Parts: sequence; structure tokens; C-alpha cells
Amino acid sequence: MSKINFLKPDKSNLYTFLYLGSFLFFVSVLDVLLNSFFSLNLTGFLPGFLSFLLPLILGFIGLYFIRIELSGIKQLDLLNKHINTNNFNAVLSLLIIFIILKSIPPILSWFFIDASFAGDSKDVCTGTGACWTYIKVWMRRFMYGMYPNGEQWRINLSFIALALLGSVGYFATDRFKKYLTLYYVVIYPFIAFLFIFFFISGGPVFFDFSYGIIAAILSIIIGFFIPNRLKFYYFLIVPFALYVLLKYFIFYEELIELGKLDGLNWVETGAWGGLSLTFIISFFCLIFCFPIGMAFALGRRSGFPLIRYISIGFIEFWRGVPLITVLFMSAVMFPMFLPADFFIDKLVRCIIAISLFEAAYVAEVIRGGLQALPRGQYEAAKSLGMGYWRMHIFVILPQALKLVIPGIANTFLALVKDTPLIFVVGLLEIVGMLNLAKTNPEWLGFAMEGYVFAAIIFWIICYAMSKYSYNLEQKYKTDR
Amino acid sequence: MNFKLKDIGPQLMTVIAVVLVFGFFTYNAQVNMENRGIDFGYGFLSQESSFDVQFSLIEYDGSHSYFRAYLVGLLNTILVSVIGIILATILGVLVGIARLSPNYLINKFAAFYVEFFRNIPLLLQIFFWYFAALRALPLPQDAEAMFGISFLTIKGLFVPAFIWENFNIFFYSVVAAIIAIVVIRIQAKKIQETQGKQTPVLLISIGLILILPLLSFLIGGVRLSFEVPVLKQLATTSFIYEGGVSLPPELIALALSLSLYTATFIAECVRAGIQGVGKGQKEAAASIGLTPNQVLKLVVMPQALRIIIPPTTNQYLNLTKNSSLAAAIAYPDLVLVFAGTALMQTGKAIEIVSITMFTYLSLSISISLLMNWYNNKIAITEK
Repeated sequence: MSKINFLKPDKSNLYTFLYLGSFLFFVSVLDVLLNSFFSLNLTGFLPGFLSFLLPLILGFIGLYFIRIELSGIKQLDLLNKHINTNNFNAVLSLLIIFIILKSIPPILSWFFIDASFAGDSKDVCTGTGACWTYIKVWMRRFMYGMYPNGEQWRINLSFIALALLGSVGYFATDRFKKYLTLYYVVIYPFIAFLFIFFFISGGPVFFDFSYGIIAAILSIIIGFFIPNRLKFYYFLIVPFALYVLLKYFIFYEELIELGKLDGLNWVETGAWGGLSLTFIISFFCLIFCFPIGMAFALGRRSGFPLIRYISIGFIEFWRGVPLITVLFMSAVMFPMFLPADFFIDKLVRCIIAISLFEAAYVAEVIRGGLQALPRGQYEAAKSLGMGYWRMHIFVILPQALKLVIPGIANTFLALVKDTPLIFVVGLLEIVGMLNLAKTNPEWLGFAMEGYVFAAIIFWIICYAMSKYSYNLEQKYKTDR
Repeated sequence: MNFKLKDIGPQLMTVIAVVLVFGFFTYNAQVNMENRGIDFGYGFLSQESSFDVQFSLIEYDGSHSYFRAYLVGLLNTILVSVIGIILATILGVLVGIARLSPNYLINKFAAFYVEFFRNIPLLLQIFFWYFAALRALPLPQDAEAMFGISFLTIKGLFVPAFIWENFNIFFYSVVAAIIAIVVIRIQAKKIQETQGKQTPVLLISIGLILILPLLSFLIGGVRLSFEVPVLKQLATTSFIYEGGVSLPPELIALALSLSLYTATFIAECVRAGIQGVGKGQKEAAASIGLTPNQVLKLVVMPQALRIIIPPTTNQYLNLTKNSSLAAAIAYPDLVLVFAGTALMQTGKAIEIVSITMFTYLSLSISISLLMNWYNNKIAITEK
């Protein structure tokens, strides 16, 4: 019992080694702690190199001593199992503990203790810490870009309204649940578009929906007399034809007058910016890229060779080029492809470009889901007499989309992270605004604060999105 | 041929729509170019470019042609992609393995790294490293030498250059070593299959790759010397290192952020791949008497690689495409040199953007073909 084996700590001399090991471990951690928090060097009397390595050596010996299997002490066993399984792991654990201890004080002091929060000019930022005053002063620019200060309530109001309208799904009663898909796919994006168009953009509005409305009503009325077999082709062609007919051959000046409205002060899209622009672009690209991607996923698995090849070409083209060249294309090449008098706003071109780009990725993700479904699902649906569209809408897509929730979420995350690239066409969302603010002669030298601020915001958004997608995945997980 | 309206209708409509859209675009492009007096053609590629590029792997100045400028940009893109891919793979594999460690601290540390770098836009990270972190480096005259020979300064990293004598002999010795290793591997596999004997291939390979080049130094007359960068004064307050190899800060920032960002994704691929190998496989391998190293080498890794390779290929492609963000910090890559400066000078928007896109397309396709070939080679051949 009293025989002490110095080289092999085991259960027979548990307490000797436990106390000795814990003490050594404690001393090593304490040394680093004092060193980093109070810049005291306990081992300063030793030569530099040894003093530097001493905590590691002490901690290593300590951990070696307390590595006693089946000691019977619950905490010790847990500790050994988790951070102290063998020598290599012990060294790594020690290193990580030391790195954390060492990095806490400088980070804390930069973020909070030495940082300046008060005031509204550069003069208050004299400390060695961060200058959050800079962020405070530029906050409106980072959030709203060059949008006039007096008009920013329009953005806030639109976003709040859209957020409220978007949360309708949580409060819907069972009676309305079945309309939710329709609401989110058609009505909600339309409302959002109206908000952006009339509220955030503003300006006198001239819309000749009048012709469109007449064309739609007329074609629906005629549609009742068309046999079911041809309805698809009918609705593909006739409303558009009627619209063109009305617009170019029948002139209703009164209807045009009806469509004229004086809106709010017009704010051109060049002045939009900051985080709100990130949201606007992400929102619309998200809405557009999903149906386009779904269409091309179905097209790639279509039985018609021509449609298949066109889809493959589309998908592989967009997947093969970087987004930055796509945006270049939308900026310098796309205007060449349009009639000279035809103008598309820069922001709209951007949204189209990003949507097409991300749609290719969404298409590949959805194709993965379609391929993962067993053939039996297709055959069962066909044997029930379902056609192509019915089969896909009621049987295939609900299952396939459920399978690919993580993939789609990743694509959307990539989309949000790609939005800063719009600096290529001269639109400045939050990262672009940071670069602009950084070069302001009155506020030179605060690049770090700005980037850290934007990084925190993006991190919160992306992390929340990935957690949400994980929840969705768990919610819709069905054992198959 | 069976002409059914049901089959032909949708296809015909799609094709007509595509043709109409393309026709519309082409027609407009023609009209627009006529109006603006621009002619279409790739002849400008041989003209004198008359702009300079800060950093290039091949000899280049304003008197060279636009085509050479294109090559400069392309080589710079490939350089940063290759550096990024190598660093990201090393880091990603390490972090991926760390994510599976039983050690709680290592595991959480790796998880923190992945969650942190993955959720911040790459462009922001590039800006952070370039404009904030690397700007905190010392000026050339204040820099302390690393290992006495390299200098990390605000103007870039200066490392010694290798000066070779009889480089070709050294090169041939390395090639010979690689050929010998391949031959030995094939032989070892044959011996394993016919006689069931294991050959220490790894040891022999390491020995060969060390000894043959060493021999070339000893008897082949190969000499290697270093040219250490030396501080030189340009003006009263402006210093720069001369001699050696200089890596511009743009390259460092770009390679660093690309590899830190992509490594998170590769780490997740590696983790998923190793986790994807069933526990039973390892137990079965251990039960027929393989050592832990053999289990890893012969059973786990071949199966894990099959899961890891396809998504990792995607990440390599993403990294290559993301290297185009270089334009944001003025690293002279393909987009900046060609789609930026050259486009501004010539105004040939359609030609230049199409060449740029086509280049990236072919880069992507060649990487994915290469990896597909490798993937097919290691895929399970089902009977």
C-alpha cells in the first residue's frame, strides 16, 4: 500500500498522485492566468525559454499524474475521458487552455475596457481599444446607405410591415393553413414588391396595369369556354396576346390617366445601401431563385432531350463562372443586349443576375432530392393516373424538397454572403459603405472596428439562418 | 419517327423561346454596336496593351500585347488558387479530424473555428485581412527577421530566393524518384495480392524521395544558394527589400482568407466522410487482425475518401471562382487585369467578359474532370 510507484500512477496510490497532479496542473494554469490578466511573471527568474515552457511542462506532468483509470471519483473520470486521454491529447488540451487564457484579456480590453463609446467625433478615440464612436456616428449610413435621413422611416416601416406579414404563418388557424403556400409564393412577394416600389423607392408612379387587368379579366372569361385539354397553352399565349393587342392597337387615354399617381419623394436606387439593401437583395433573390431553380431541376430530369440539354447548359454555365463576372456582365455587357431606349435599373439588373446565378445552385440541390426519391414513388403516382404536373406537385416535390432543406438553406446562406459583391456595379451595401467610410479623411484608421461590426452582424444573420434550417430539418424529418 | 404533339409541343416552345431571347439579344447588340461605332472582333488581343501590372509571374510590361496581359492575369489566378487549395486542404483535414476528436476542448475549438469563419462573407474576411490586419504589420525598416532570412512587412512578405546550379539534374532526380515510387507501389500491390506480404512502401518512398535528390547534390554537381532580401533605401522615409522573392500583401491576404474560409467547408466534408464509414467496418477490420494503422489505411480511408472527394471538389471549384474577389483588393488576377483594366482601355465589353467567363468555365470544367477521374478510380466497382 505504501509503495509509491512514481512512474505509474494508479488506483493504489490514488490520492498521492491526485493531490500532486492537481497541484501541478493548478500551478501551471495559475501561472498563465496571472501572466495574462495581471502581467505578473511568476517564473521570471528562470531563463527566458524555460520560463516560457514551464507552465506547459508542469501542466503536462500534472495531467500525467492524474490520468488514473477507474479512479472511482466521478469528476476525475469525466475529466480524464474528455481532455486527458493520452499524452498527446493532454498537450493539446493544455495548449488550448493557455491560448484561451492568453487571448481573453486583449480581446476584452479592445472590445470593452479600453474602447470609447461616448461622444460623436474622432477626438474621443484616444485609447488603445476600439472606437465604437465611429460605428455610432456612421450607424445610419451603415444601415441605410445614402438614403436621406428624413425618409428612413419608410424603410423601417416597410421592413416592420413585411416582417409582420411574414409571420402570419405562425398565427394562421387551420382553416387558413391550406392557403399559406399560395400566400407565401404569390401574394406575399407581390406585397413586398409593392412596398419596395411605392414606399422605399417612391416617386410619381405611372403604371399601365390597366391594360394588363383588362387582358387578364377578358382572357379568364374566355377561358371558361376553352376545353381543358388546351387550357395550359391557352393561358400561356392568349393573355399576353390580348395585352399587346390592347396596348398597341386600342388606345384608352383615360385608363392611362387613371394610372398616374403622385407618390412619396423619389429616392433613386443608387442612394439605397447599407444593411437594408442587403436585406432587399437577399429577399428578392431568394424569392426568384427558388422557382427558377426548381424549373431547371425538373428540366434537367425531363424526358425531352432538348429541354434537358438546355437545362444542363444553363445550370453548368452559371455554376462554372464566378459571381463577380456575372455582375460584371450585368453591368457592362447586358445593356448592350437591350434596345437603346430600354433602361433597366442597376439594382434590378443585379437582382436578376444574382437570382439566375443562385438558381443554378438551387437547381442542383433540388435535383439531388429528386434523384434520392425511390422510383417506386414515381411509379405509384403514375399508376394512380396522375399526369406529370400532378405527380410532381402532390407526390414528388413535397418529398424531394423535404429531403433537401439543408442544401437549400446552405444555398440561401451563400446568397446572403454573396450580396457584398454588388460593389462591382457600384451599389454599396454594408461592406461597401464600410469601405467608403474608411476612406473618409475625418475618420481614417478605423477599418478594424468597421469590419468587426459588419462581421458580427453577418455572423448573427447567417448563424441564425443555419440554426433555423436545422430546426426545419428536424421538424420535417420523417422516417422512411 | 413518331410525331406526337404532346412530345413535340413543349420542346418546340422551349426552343423557340430560347432562340427568340438569344435572337433578340444578338439583334440589339448589333444595333447598339453600330450606333456606338464599336466593331466586334478579337483582333485587339495582339495590340500593345500599354498598361502595367504590379505583380506578374512572367515578364510583362506595357509594351506587351493584351494577350500577354490576359496570361499574366490567368497565371496570377492559378497561383492564388493553387496556394489556397493546398493550404485549405491541410487546414481543412486537420480541423475535420479535430472535430472528431474525443478531446472535448479540441472538438469545441474546431467547431468554433468552423462556425466562426463559415458564417462571415468571404469578401468581408478579405477586406479584414487586407485593410485591417495586414496594415498593422511593421514598415520594412522596422521589420524583424523571421529565422534571420524572411521579412514580414506591410509591403509584403520577403523570402530568400533559391539560386540553383544544374537545376535540371535535380529536377531529373526528383522525377526519377517519383517514377521509382510508382513502380514500387505497383509491385508492392502485386506482391500483396499474390503472396499476401506487406511491403513497407511508405518508408521506401520517403527514403527514395530524400536520397535521390541528395545524391544529385553530392555527385550530380547541383548547388543551391540563397539570395537573402536586403533592405534598400528608396527615399528618406521609404524603404524596400531587394533581392529574393517578394509576395505582395494582396496575395497574402487573399490566400489567407480563401484558405481559412474554404477550410471550414472542407473540414465539414472530411468529418462527414469519416463519420460515414460504418462502425462495423472498423470492428470487422480489427477482428481479422489488422493493426489500428492498417485499419485506417486499408479500410477507413478508402471508404471515407469516396464520400469526401465529390463535395471537396466542389469546394476547390468554389475557391477557384472565389479567387476572383481579388479584384476588390487590387490583386492583379484575371478579373482585375483583363475584365477591369483591359476592358476600360479597349471598351470591348462583350469580347472581354465572354473570354473571362469562358476561362473560368474551362478552369472549373478541368478541375471537375480531373477530380471525376480520380473519383472514378477510387469508386466501388460493383459486380
